[in-house]
Amino acid sequence: MRIDERAEALWAAAIAGDEDAAADVVLAALDAGVPMESVLLDVVAAVQARAGREWADNRITVAQEHTATAVNDRVLAVLAHHPSARDDRRDAPARGRVVVACVDGEWHAFPARLLAEVLRLRGWRVDYLGAQVPAPHLIGHLHRTNPDAVALSSSLAVRLPAAHAAITACQSTGVPVLAGGAAFGPDGRYARLLGADAWAPDACAAADLLASGPLPRRSGGEPPHLAGHEYDVLTEQAADLVRGVMGELGRRVPQMTGYTEEQLARTAEDIAYIVEFLRAALYVSDPELFTSFVAWMAGVLTSRGVPTRALSTGLRTLAARLTDLPGARDMLERAQATLRADAR
Amino acid sequence: MGKDAPYPMLDVTAAGVIERVNDAARELLTGACPGVPLARAAPAWLAQAHRAVAGGRARPGTGPAHGPVGERVFEAHALRADADRVEWWLLDVTGHRRAAEALRAEREWTGFLVEASRELTSSLNLDRCLEVTARLAARHLADAALVITPMVGRRHRVTVCDPHGRVVREDLGVDARTVPGLEGALRGYPPVPARWIDPARAPGWVVREGFGTIGSAVVMTLPGHGLPAGALVLLRRRRQQSFAPREEVFARLFAAWAGAAISVARMYAEQAAITETLMAELLPPVELRVNGAEVAARYRPAGVTELVGGDFYDVHPAAGSGREALVVLGDVAGKGLEAAVLTGKIRNTLHALLPMADDHHRILERLNDVLLAREHPTRFVTLVLASVAACGPRVALRVTSAGHPAPLILRNDGRVEAVEATGTLIGLLDSITSTTQDVLLDPGETCLLYSDGIIEARGGPCGDELFGEERLCERLCDCAGMPADAVAERVQMLASQWVGGGEHDDMAVVAITAPRGERA
Repeated sequence: MRIDERAEALWAAAIAGDEDAAADVVLAALDAGVPMESVLLDVVAAVQARAGREWADNRITVAQEHTATAVNDRVLAVLAHHPSARDDRRDAPARGRVVVACVDGEWHAFPARLLAEVLRLRGWRVDYLGAQVPAPHLIGHLHRTNPDAVALSSSLAVRLPAAHAAITACQSTGVPVLAGGAAFGPDGRYARLLGADAWAPDACAAADLLASGPLPRRSGGEPPHLAGHEYDVLTEQAADLVRGVMGELGRRVPQMTGYTEEQLARTAEDIAYIVEFLRAALYVSDPELFTSFVAWMAGVLTSRGVPTRALSTGLRTLAARLTDLPGARDMLERAQATLRADAR
Repeated sequence: MGKDAPYPMLDVTAAGVIERVNDAARELLTGACPGVPLARAAPAWLAQAHRAVAGGRARPGTGPAHGPVGERVFEAHALRADADRVEWWLLDVTGHRRAAEALRAEREWTGFLVEASRELTSSLNLDRCLEVTARLAARHLADAALVITPMVGRRHRVTVCDPHGRVVREDLGVDARTVPGLEGALRGYPPVPARWIDPARAPGWVVREGFGTIGSAVVMTLPGHGLPAGALVLLRRRRQQSFAPREEVFARLFAAWAGAAISVARMYAEQAAITETLMAELLPPVELRVNGAEVAARYRPAGVTELVGGDFYDVHPAAGSGREALVVLGDVAGKGLEAAVLTGKIRNTLHALLPMADDHHRILERLNDVLLAREHPTRFVTLVLASVAACGPRVALRVTSAGHPAPLILRNDGRVEAVEATGTLIGLLDSITSTTQDVLLDPGETCLLYSDGIIEARGGPCGDELFGEERLCERLCDCAGMPADAVAERVQMLASQWVGGGEHDDMAVVAITAPRGERA
């Protein structure tokens, strides 16, 4: 059986919520001699990534996506107790101690959990702190345990300000930080910008990096200060802004008068989400972050039969209320230009 | 050529023979006469500088050559140089060089202190502080260094930094009295002065084989906040019996900082260990196993720095006559540690009352009596009891609420129903009322218990809205058919994201789900 066939079988079990069938798939793979790391990365992680894509394309529901994640989580637990994992851990050279945690507010724990399992297989002593770890808990843990490194995971770019706080706080206790996850950009550019000591594109690369010796500390004295004036203003005014845009849309978009309470609430949440990404883009001063988010959102909306015109109107209305923030307006204009280009 | 010029001057041929020399130069360089090779009359550094200039190899921009002549330091300036000869002027720069040297040393010390303060103040971890102390001491005050902490359980923790900067940590059952002055230094108070000892008489665990020749050793105390923090042993290649005057000031300052950092880290570790032990009783359970049903829970205390609060839950696999499991979710008035301590007492009381679990009302009455009998019955509690039993592929529940938000049932078709199980809260009135409701869950269906921190979460896109029961029900519709863990996670996530960075009450969720499909 090819590895992608095994991934396909796990996929079917995961969205059906069938934990036993899911466990059978990975256990059969191990019995057939597939190495543990390959099961983790090429089967379990592949299915997890697919769940995100299929949800964005509206091929599965939110419930199915969460079900798949819950099943996958259970699969990781099954694998962790499998004798072959125990053998791998026993045969691996003894290494130091690593703390694996998601930044505060980050709920996507799966990538961090996967890394924790891979590191355990490679002989590390791993403290896995889970999703959304408040910085004080993380720092308290570092003081108590004195690890060789912290691996910080974040999936959503809106968590970059929280990630920055966590990275600098960890470093101030003398512990180097390895950053990972989609939030840091496909090339890790935000990890570098936020001053992380290292960045890795996936669990395997992270494990290789940690195995190659102590992480080289990023020198350069003071940590970078990023939150600019526009970020501060947008943070203060975010709630007012969402209310204002909702009012304006109500006047300008005739169909909104027919919206149910729930539809209105979800629209407000979408706008709040856009503002959050705009804030994150301002934080790192990178219009590209916002543009790629808008392109992703357009894809999500289109797959659900919502025309990108609605998104355009939202962005335009937002821009009109940000007269004092030229940087934010510029980002909104670029994003709209991308939408127009995609529409053609 | 200025025969009487105040500066020593000499002409030297390209071949390196002195051609002319003035009085000052004759006085400075004994034996410097015309016809004598420069190398014989002058120090090597000057001869070398001449060869470089005469050979056209002097690099521009490197400044004049300099070096000692007797007690003093001179700079050699090549004033005129052609193919045949070089005219040298020698400038006495002793004062200038000494000042520069002193400045450099001062800067080095300052740099050391800056580095020491940054590294020593950054961590509250004892091992890291010991390691930093040993490493900095070996780098700046000695060639190798040992940090020895007072005995714990018949062993001293010894942190060693060797001359290559490698640090190792060992727990050694050694006798401090075998090192002169170490016992006094470890006692810490009254402070004892640094004591220079003969390294040849120090035991092998102090002066180690891999260190190479050690000429001198000094034992210093590390005083820390009124407590003995440990001792520092500095090992040097050079033979000496005392610190240089400047050095002593810095060494004592460093020892004081290191001692303070070590004692703070030790106190932090002790406090953290005590807290951890006390807290272990109050933390929500991790393992949730119930026959025939999936149970999952999530908990988030109000304060970001806290681990516990006024919400609690428990899962007892066997209660009453043993056919049912009992799931409890409760909320003590107030938050923080005081509320958490009361949750611990209530959980213990409920545990003792488990044999009565067939009758929820009786459990609640007894708990009410216990709470009212306290000396200061100021805090009350609301809770939900859910008895869980497998009923074929389905799950049968008996649910009772005592002043708590009604549990919600999530049906497979997406309907969300509130359980009509009302009752008075516990710990306030002499007599209580309660009604128990039977609920049957089909495979895939979930009963959700939650604390009011979920529905009273304030925030949302406009910043000031309540999350509310209605919204919770709406969002639960999306969760139809999800496993217990995914439902609990989703509810907790929605409420947490609703408050964003804002303040919130303790939040607790327990999902009880009838498993879907055939289980092997």
